[in-house]
Amino acid sequence: MATVDYPLDRPPVKDTEFSFSQALYSWVATVDHKRLGLMYIVSALLFFVVAGIMAAVIRLQLMFPENDLVGPATYNRLFTMHGTTMVFLVGMPMVAGFSNYLVPLMIGARDMAFPRLNAFGFWIFLFGGLLLYYSYIGGGGLQGAGSAPDVGWFAYAPLSEGAFSRGSATDYWALGVMVAGIGSIASAINVIATALCMRCPGMSLSRMPVFVWVMLIDSWLIVVALPPLTAGQIMLMLDRHLHANFFDTQAGGSAVLWQHIFWIFGHPEVYILIFPAFAILSEVIPVFSRKPLFGRPAMVGAVVAIGFISLGVWAHHMFAVGMTSWSNSFFAASTMFVGIPTGIKIFNWTATMYGGKLRLDTPLLFCCGFLLQFLVAGLTGIMLGVAPFDWQLHDTYFVVAHFHFTLLLGLVFGLFAGIYYWYPKAFGRMYNEKLGKLHFWLFCIGANLTFIPLHFAGMLGMPRRIYTYPAGRGWEGWNMVSTVGVFFQAAGILFFLWTMVRSAFVGEPAGDDPWDGWTLEWATSSPPPEYNFEKLPVVRSSRPLWDLKHPHDPDWKFE
Amino acid sequence: MADALTMERDWQLPDRGTVGILFLIVTESALFAIFVATYLIYIGKSPVGPYPRDVLEIPVVSSICLLSSSLTVYFAEHALLHNKLARFRLWWSATILLGLEFLISTGMEWRKLIYEDHLTISTNLFGSTFYSLVGLHASHVIVGLVFLILVLTVTLMGFPIQTQFRRVKFLSWYWHFVDAIWVIVFTVVYVIGR
Amino acid sequence: MLNPVIALLLQVQVPGVAEHRVTDIFTPLASPAAAEKNIAMLTIAITTAIFVVVGGLILFTIFRFRRRPGDDLHQEPPQVYGSNQIEAAWTIIPLLIVFILIGVSARVIAAVQNASPPKSTLHVTVIGHQWWWEVYYPDYGVRTANEIHIPANIDGQTATYLTLQSADVIHSFWVPQLSGKMDLIPNRNNYLWIDPKDPGVYVGNCAEYCGTQHAKMLLRVIAQTPADFNKWAADQRKPQEENAQAAGAKAAFESLSCISCHAVRGTSAAGRFGPDLTHLMTRQTLAAGIMVNNGRSLRDWVNDPQYPKPGCFMPSMKLTNQELDQVVAYLQSLN
Repeated sequence: MATVDYPLDRPPVKDTEFSFSQALYSWVATVDHKRLGLMYIVSALLFFVVAGIMAAVIRLQLMFPENDLVGPATYNRLFTMHGTTMVFLVGMPMVAGFSNYLVPLMIGARDMAFPRLNAFGFWIFLFGGLLLYYSYIGGGGLQGAGSAPDVGWFAYAPLSEGAFSRGSATDYWALGVMVAGIGSIASAINVIATALCMRCPGMSLSRMPVFVWVMLIDSWLIVVALPPLTAGQIMLMLDRHLHANFFDTQAGGSAVLWQHIFWIFGHPEVYILIFPAFAILSEVIPVFSRKPLFGRPAMVGAVVAIGFISLGVWAHHMFAVGMTSWSNSFFAASTMFVGIPTGIKIFNWTATMYGGKLRLDTPLLFCCGFLLQFLVAGLTGIMLGVAPFDWQLHDTYFVVAHFHFTLLLGLVFGLFAGIYYWYPKAFGRMYNEKLGKLHFWLFCIGANLTFIPLHFAGMLGMPRRIYTYPAGRGWEGWNMVSTVGVFFQAAGILFFLWTMVRSAFVGEPAGDDPWDGWTLEWATSSPPPEYNFEKLPVVRSSRPLWDLKHPHDPDWKFE
Repeated sequence: MADALTMERDWQLPDRGTVGILFLIVTESALFAIFVATYLIYIGKSPVGPYPRDVLEIPVVSSICLLSSSLTVYFAEHALLHNKLARFRLWWSATILLGLEFLISTGMEWRKLIYEDHLTISTNLFGSTFYSLVGLHASHVIVGLVFLILVLTVTLMGFPIQTQFRRVKFLSWYWHFVDAIWVIVFTVVYVIGR
Repeated sequence: MLNPVIALLLQVQVPGVAEHRVTDIFTPLASPAAAEKNIAMLTIAITTAIFVVVGGLILFTIFRFRRRPGDDLHQEPPQVYGSNQIEAAWTIIPLLIVFILIGVSARVIAAVQNASPPKSTLHVTVIGHQWWWEVYYPDYGVRTANEIHIPANIDGQTATYLTLQSADVIHSFWVPQLSGKMDLIPNRNNYLWIDPKDPGVYVGNCAEYCGTQHAKMLLRVIAQTPADFNKWAADQRKPQEENAQAAGAKAAFESLSCISCHAVRGTSAAGRFGPDLTHLMTRQTLAAGIMVNNGRSLRDWVNDPQYPKPGCFMPSMKLTNQELDQVVAYLQSLN
């Protein structure tokens, strides 16, 4: 393949003597997209562990009826912080982390379009997260002891208004999330500019890896969907501190307006969260099946369709607020339509595997788990989209089970697949396959054990967000089994953390291209140098490394 | 492979700054959209006065000033493109003055509303939506003015501003955006809402 | 971890009452819930079929095409890029399924939401409070709390229409076997109707997170034969009978600050912040359905409401034993 010389932006980093302060400085002051990506992912994993511990306490509390491990106030803070953390401090930085690390590598660029904006985005996100957690110390405000917010992750007004939520806890919620959101927007604009303006020669949009496509549409959703949340939070803060009347029902304000504003953000948000999993599967499944992605244009088209349809489905979170029958029917319809492109994606991934030679290592195992479990999540989503059925299921443990199937058994499985898949690239060493498989099976069993029973508890009338429940309503058994699953999940996570840390030091050297991959990140060394590529590549198809490895049967002949 | 070399030589992609500023404008528009929608939803919902019809006066002069500043900033950008620095400074200063005029008359309007009509952000829904929407716009004008003044200052200090033509261009786009938002805010607040 | 004292205190099994406590949405006992169950069964049938087909295909693919020992690792499988026909098929078939579901949904939505009240309709206003339910019968001028008495739909012509409001934050009315849920939203009226055929007690919950004690905001709909209901309503309309024996207890009650939050019709107690206590002893449960209403639990509750229901707005009044005896004696006289 022909390439031309390209002046390096900066000289390659030389191995210098190790000094802690130098290392710290080099990480704090870095504008390298790979380091920022890793910092995003590592801080997301830290928040993931914290929020996971909260979830474990929640499950222990609900293990028995009338349990009193924690009181109502503590419990309400736990589920609020668990939800807020998982969405804004785990899911969102994972979007930013994966796209930061991989988008420039995959499109053959030397860095993101705006490296300094990138560093700004990370640090402002981290600050937002710490601000939220500071509420445990300062949340009581001037009125006394500290407390975290207890208004739920969607902070429905008027419960989040000054009259019902005293102290400063809800302010920390609003400000922390708002600040972290600014970081997400900065990172999203950066990804868009990078994907559109930094591609290496020959990489037209039709040859761009599907991973980058998904992240591009994901960033589009962030750019249009996060500002509504910010707007709502500004109004909430104006209400709380300047006594404006936006959500003050005593002064004619509307409690339903907050729900509209929140879910105009909130529903695209769940697609924002799940897209990284879509992106990862679209890379891992082809390489581990040894076949190109089946129906690539349809896969890209499906993501673009979701990127637009998902902006018009928000009120399916509000079937119980008393909208007109026309509104309810409209949002039921749009909700089901968004299921179609999602279905196409599941079919095409399966078709990619069909007829391949599946290498069932940890990354593909997690992808298979994703496919089956996300199928369940999609189908329970259809049930919830049928508005009359939703009148029964809304705000029950069925919904809790549904979105945990989407985000834990879906998104998190996808993220684990991605972490194992690119681990050798990022650290130059192989993870431990045995520990990886152990992690998969424990986590898969545990998560299913935890969340399958909750569907049934919900259908037996168990509302969500209750800190305890009376005996004799048929919920005890399901809750007990659900809590048992937590121990399996926790064991799985411990094996995961262990192999991640250990393999970084003692893992087998991985080489540049351990999976025999096809996208450009496998064309550079592991870990990649700061400038990514010595010479900028030139590509002629969507699988440039396939073309290199199979000069007699290149992809570009078929595209 | 000669065609690869050709491909590389002819490889053209959009400018990253252009894409960046465009999506900044998209995200800002989404923010404004929610405030505008809220304003529209709450029109006529205030249980107590003062009501818009009683207290709002159409800000004709300041609107003309702000809208014409879009023209002056365009002339300034055009002058800079042709490297006519004196003319650039002139049009650029005119833009700043027009923007300042807008800001001052907004301030006067608010002063009248607060002290004479006793309308504050906590009075009623009209007050809440009015101050938040107009205030959000005004804060964007302030941000724009800060950058406009920054550019003028470094130019007057002798910095070769023509080397930064791209950035000046992006700033002028932002200023056009702020003006376009004012057209919407004006329509919603002073035409529909009144 | 299970606190036996609390567990004993909170055993809500009212003796001698047919209670539907296992609130399975698939055993509906009123028309809206039945309509919702029917569409639910259709949806479940369709989604189960999809799950079996697609899930089976995924499992088959994983199993059939897994790499086996002895495979030639250098031989790549045939590179298939896609197929327009197959992809069109799995776009169009889901589209058809979606159209079916949309059509059925729209019909059920309209049938449940836009149903017109039958001939004999009882109107009840339910007002959500943190964390109890105020129940008002505009036709009878009766105000009670947490337990909604309604006539059962024995003749097939009787329904109860609920107007749902809230005094503070958003709550949600949900008695699973009677109907899907509907939110109680401040500054807004919502409507819901129910028509249980059989007399009995139907248990429900607040289904929208409403603050600290959201979990203990339980709800009971008590359907009675029309005769029983009319008798109940007539009894409730009567002002509270003066009981000569409890006169001293009444004076003690009225001298305490109970009356700034609670009302007893016909006395100087006229507070509106807490539940109306008129005819208190005709209620089956206390504190929004969390404990059986009897002398012992009444005493425990008044003594320290923060113990069974921490965070609720009724404070422990730190009454002396004598005051407590008098207050409980008075409350027990409210028949």
